[in-house]
Amino acid sequence: MAHDTAHHESNTGKIWKVFFLLSVITIVEVILGIIKPAFLIETTLVSMKLLNWIFIILTIWKAYYITWAFMHMDGETKGLRRSVVWTGIFLVCYLIFILLTEGDYVYEVFKAGYKSWDF
Amino acid sequence: METAVPKTGTEGKLWGGGNKPLEVSYGKMMMWFFILSDALTFSGFLAAYGFSRFKFIDSWPIADEVFNHFPFLHGVDAPMYYVALMTFILIFSSVTMVLAVDAGHQMKQKKVIIYMFWTIIGGLVFVGSQAWEWKNFIKGEYGAVETKGGQILQFVDTEGHRVGLDEIANPQADVRRQHLEQNGVWYQAEDELPTYTIDEIRSGFAERNDVLIRTQTLTEDGKKTVLSREESLQRLQEDAIGIVEGANLIHNEYGTPLFANFFFFITGFHGFHVFSGVIINIIIFINVILGTYERRKNYEMVEKVGLYWHFVDLVWVFVFTFFYLV
Repeated sequence: MAHDTAHHESNTGKIWKVFFLLSVITIVEVILGIIKPAFLIETTLVSMKLLNWIFIILTIWKAYYITWAFMHMDGETKGLRRSVVWTGIFLVCYLIFILLTEGDYVYEVFKAGYKSWDF
Repeated sequence: METAVPKTGTEGKLWGGGNKPLEVSYGKMMMWFFILSDALTFSGFLAAYGFSRFKFIDSWPIADEVFNHFPFLHGVDAPMYYVALMTFILIFSSVTMVLAVDAGHQMKQKKVIIYMFWTIIGGLVFVGSQAWEWKNFIKGEYGAVETKGGQILQFVDTEGHRVGLDEIANPQADVRRQHLEQNGVWYQAEDELPTYTIDEIRSGFAERNDVLIRTQTLTEDGKKTVLSREESLQRLQEDAIGIVEGANLIHNEYGTPLFANFFFFITGFHGFHVFSGVIINIIIFINVILGTYERRKNYEMVEKVGLYWHFVDLVWVFVFTFFYLV
């Protein structure tokens, strides 16, 4: 690729900065996972514990840094970026919505005693 | 120079042809779309895991209790430390990979070699750690009793600490022996017999007044339900049919077998990706040493395997969250 070999400046500084960020996010996740602050567990938001929401948001944040900084998505054209990222995000959101709704429904069926699995 | 293609007057115009709208080589673009499809495969697995978990939301095993081993710290309760360390190793090998790509942009062969070497080492350490984690999971720790409904009953003392089967069992003399070929003309192979029979556990449990049974059901505050002594005795007497030690695809001492199935499948599939990533990295590593890309005057191949390697890291970030944290 012409534009790849054309620029010779090093990005080492940026790489280490991103590594530092990813490490800090991971450490925060692990600390939260070990101490499990009570108020984050007791508070629920859209039928999920606040703590779990925090984990998921931090994970997506990490995923963003890995894709943009390490995989150089920020250097790709808008067309490539959108055809990869948007396709993925749309299909994954759809799949998660459908399967989790269904899973919750099955749970309700078991709970209501229509079908017993503990006999 | 004259060419066979006549001029159309649209040269240099947007719709005149010869455009490269994505400004990326074929190989790199296809790597991106492969990654997209692979990401969807992993999402399928993780979403299916979510489905099963929502289905058994009030009885799912607690990951902190399952993965609490750390090398050389035997018997120490170390939830998540080891998996966090594994995450660091993988992120760090991602960093060395991106440094190799960066060095490749500047045509620094020596640096590419060093960074790729560390990337491969990181990958191997990660796969090894995962094997160790599997070993602990398969071997199990305390053992449990399975009921006829497929429920898992674990033993705890009055303070809530887990009690192993070996501490409870009351060995009996006349237990059934393993069928062996040497003992008969008619011989049918059978699975290895469990360490203890359910009767040994029953009689041992009846004598231990300080031991209670813990069921799979989660309480309001996310802990496992502990039965009273009477309920425990009754449950063990009426429902228990056998013992479970460790986990496989059919039985799982930690809770529902689905947990074990998804653990083996998702981390296994991811581990397979890491393993194939290491192999591909080694191939490219050899090419770098041989100077293939030096002669080709660009290191795009390093960039392409780099994309794959970062993707493996990306998937692990999600597996880590959904298997160990949430």
